[in-house]
Amino acid sequence: MLTQYAFYFLSILAIFSALMVVFSRNPVHSVLYLVVTFFSIAGHYFLMNSQFLAMVHIIVYAGAIMVLFLYVIMMLNLNTDTEPNKSNWVKGAAVVTGGLLMLILVVSTKSADALPVHKEINPNIGLISNLGKVLYNEYMLPFEISSILFLVSMVGAVMLGKKETY
Amino acid sequence: MQEIIQGVPLQHYIWLSCILFSIGVMGVLYRRNAIIIFMCVELMLNAVNLMLVAFSRYHSATTGSSAQVFVFFIMAVAAAEVAVGLAILMMVYRNTKSTDIDFLNRLKF
Repeated sequence: MLTQYAFYFLSILAIFSALMVVFSRNPVHSVLYLVVTFFSIAGHYFLMNSQFLAMVHIIVYAGAIMVLFLYVIMMLNLNTDTEPNKSNWVKGAAVVTGGLLMLILVVSTKSADALPVHKEINPNIGLISNLGKVLYNEYMLPFEISSILFLVSMVGAVMLGKKETY
Repeated sequence: MQEIIQGVPLQHYIWLSCILFSIGVMGVLYRRNAIIIFMCVELMLNAVNLMLVAFSRYHSATTGSSAQVFVFFIMAVAAAEVAVGLAILMMVYRNTKSTDIDFLNRLKF
């Protein structure tokens, strides 16, 4: 019963703060609301006993990516609402499009629940020891390739970031 | 964690991630600030991650840990994407003195 209440609390928090990300005028407030959203999603991971993913989610998203966003916003001095508005017509079209997409997604995933849920559940599927075995046995090659991806993205970010003096 | 599976049906997790994904799409169409648009893309990635983790939890007897490894890779790719994207955004700001996405409409031609 407690987990049920926790699920609904975290869901409402996630949806509310995701809406505030879109609708708040100040970009710094948007970043802070996105941090709240990420923490509530990490709470969902904890509820589903995926502790490794929850910790990685907090560290990577709230710790690294959001700090990067905040750094860029502070550096570009965007923490006032200088953004010119889109016309009301475009805003209404955006809201209608989002609502229609949500309707389509909900209806089209309605039969996804028809798959039988197995009664015997492996409770330690998300623990670090289990995930580490899978990651370093079956997914060894993608793991190494992702390190190359990081190297390439680091080089690309430095290339793009330096002044063009040539 | 038997009780989360008995207490909350899988359909509710699917609804939650559909709603979060749609909010992300709506934000991309709604705002003009490129940084906010990036944040909404992150929101969409997280909605997909949440759905993957929910399916792996509710069908854990048949799927194993593969879905959670996929989520791990999505997080890694998202981190790389944000680094390059913000670097591009800095370059755009340096050239146009604005992060308004509508200034870039000359890319169409």
